[in-house]
Amino acid sequence: MTALGELHFRPLNVGRWVVWGFTAVVFIAAPQIFTSGFARALLSQMGILIIFALSYNMLLGQTGLLSFGHAVYSGLGAYFAIHALALIGKGALAFPVSLLPLIGGAAGLFFSVVFGWLTTKRAGTTFAMISLGIGEMVFAASLMFPAFFGGEAGISGNRTAGPPLLGIDGLTLGPDIQVYYLIATWTFVCMIATYALTHTPLGRIANAVRDNPERAEFIGYDAQRVRWIMMMLAGFFAGVSGGLSAINLESVGSGAVHALVSGGVLLAAYIGGVLFFFGPILGSVVFVFFAFALSEYTPAWHLYLGVFFVLLVMFAPGGLASLILLNLRVAKFGKFRRLRDPYVGVIGTGGLLAAGIVLLIEMTYHQTLGIGSGSSVRVFGFPFDTARGESWVFGALVVAAAGVAFEYMRRRFKSEWDAIAVEIEDWRRDNPEQDQ
Amino acid sequence: MTTPALELRQVRKRFGRTEIIRGVSLTINSGERHAIIGPNGAGKSTLFNLVSGRFHADAGEILLNGATITRRKPFEINRLGLARSFQITNIFPRLSVFENLRCAVLWSLGYRYSFWRNLNKLADAEARAERLLERIGLTRRRNIQAGLLTYAEQRALEVGITIAGGAQVILLDEPTAGMSRSETARAVALIREVTQGRTLVMVEHDMSVVFGLADRISVVVYGEVIASGPPEEIRADSRVKEAYLGQPAEAT
Repeated sequence: MTALGELHFRPLNVGRWVVWGFTAVVFIAAPQIFTSGFARALLSQMGILIIFALSYNMLLGQTGLLSFGHAVYSGLGAYFAIHALALIGKGALAFPVSLLPLIGGAAGLFFSVVFGWLTTKRAGTTFAMISLGIGEMVFAASLMFPAFFGGEAGISGNRTAGPPLLGIDGLTLGPDIQVYYLIATWTFVCMIATYALTHTPLGRIANAVRDNPERAEFIGYDAQRVRWIMMMLAGFFAGVSGGLSAINLESVGSGAVHALVSGGVLLAAYIGGVLFFFGPILGSVVFVFFAFALSEYTPAWHLYLGVFFVLLVMFAPGGLASLILLNLRVAKFGKFRRLRDPYVGVIGTGGLLAAGIVLLIEMTYHQTLGIGSGSSVRVFGFPFDTARGESWVFGALVVAAAGVAFEYMRRRFKSEWDAIAVEIEDWRRDNPEQDQ
Repeated sequence: MTTPALELRQVRKRFGRTEIIRGVSLTINSGERHAIIGPNGAGKSTLFNLVSGRFHADAGEILLNGATITRRKPFEINRLGLARSFQITNIFPRLSVFENLRCAVLWSLGYRYSFWRNLNKLADAEARAERLLERIGLTRRRNIQAGLLTYAEQRALEVGITIAGGAQVILLDEPTAGMSRSETARAVALIREVTQGRTLVMVEHDMSVVFGLADRISVVVYGEVIASGPPEEIRADSRVKEAYLGQPAEAT
């Protein structure tokens, strides 16, 4: 595989307006295609996480800052937004509910100014450790000051408070679909804003500081200042996502500032690919699928997410975005046809292997955690009896057979893939001017 | 008398118990090409690190255009008009060659930390980066990731980043180290061209480069300047011959 940084996401090439227009259409159409309440709730979660992950990637992918405490800014943003919502409900504050994310953003900005001053003095491990410490500190504070953080129960609000949106009767933000479109609008705006940021002097210098902070200082830039400003902007967008979350759930608890949330956004960004602008967007969609959709079906979702993450980091360290771009490059060179059969083989056998493993895991989970609910468990719609040896033998046979077949297919795929990669590299070496 | 571009007064620096720079005084006039030579471990690179703010001197004073920069940070010194290159290539490896140069011109054009301007619409930054690309001969490599350039190309980019901001005082740390003869010749021509009308201070081991480029030479041995003067004077200096130059200087 080639160095990932060589690949670039250039919406200009495909037409910036086409990409953004398509995104807008997807945002508008999605809840009309997936109409169930559950699906719409997922879509709302995806929108919120997209903003949060893009904000996170302003630090990780763009500035090279690995933070373990980003939930501090989204969480505190959510708390300030929910308090504002409560005030609106009491009539003590005249502020449109639809703009509450701005209050969340202001809170995120404020705290990232304060904490960022501390954390950005150093990059690398020191930054990561201080961010972890601040995360723990804020979480501890959330339990210590129940008046603000609401203790165990958290703080609740009512998003229908205040006058209707744009003065139109019926736009109360009560129905889920209205909240979805509010979130989608905010997500779309934040996506454009964070994308635009990558094409500004600050955005580019942040990349330079990520690559080589020392050299950045010798071309006139204060690396700490660059990190700090990036941190403030990231804090703002994190706060916006927190504010949206407050509107969406109408409740904020101390879990909002917990390290689990910080870890989740790291996973989401990394799964998608931190070196590409659209990576965290993809990662958020996948992460929500695991954390909110898969968790409805199986208690083992953490395990699946973990395994998925490990495999991705091992075989596609550039994330899903790099997988897509590498394949697009193969297609651009007109060689994708050669990969079609190997892909069918790898995906077919890989899917079977995964199914076998899932079967064994689900039966194990059922046997150890599902006590009292009988020995029968449904996997992929089929009933399996965990008390009978045949079920286990069947699962093991599927895994063994699919494993052998998959390994064969994987090698075939790899040799073809590597051959294509070499051909492309040769061509690029011989034609440096035409290289994009 | 005009103010010297760079002046060092009794500068000292120690690491642990070892004094690496032992009272160096040096005056470099504006527009001069000055080479610093000396055996390995004499403290030449340390001297550069002190002048450019990477390290701070323990004693003494360093003045840039008459103003003290002894305690300044690297980015402050850079903004005052001094830029440096590094002995070990020090570029932005994941950015393209063009982006490396564009980043290097941004501060001097006054764009600072702005996040409300579209980088691609900054015509002056783009034009300057393109012109630099041409001058360092990397136009064909414009969109390549800098980390993938050949060694000699990276050295050229290193010089390009250094001169990009338009600093009047340029410090080059062994710009031709590790280059072949033809690459060295190209590098010398490049350095001569891009430092036209500026003050150049360089550390260099290749004596043909030193005597070909420098108006004046200072010889550093064990953290002290033992001689400073025009090339012919240095060539004739008996202490220099004894301490350092010996045969290679005779040969050139």
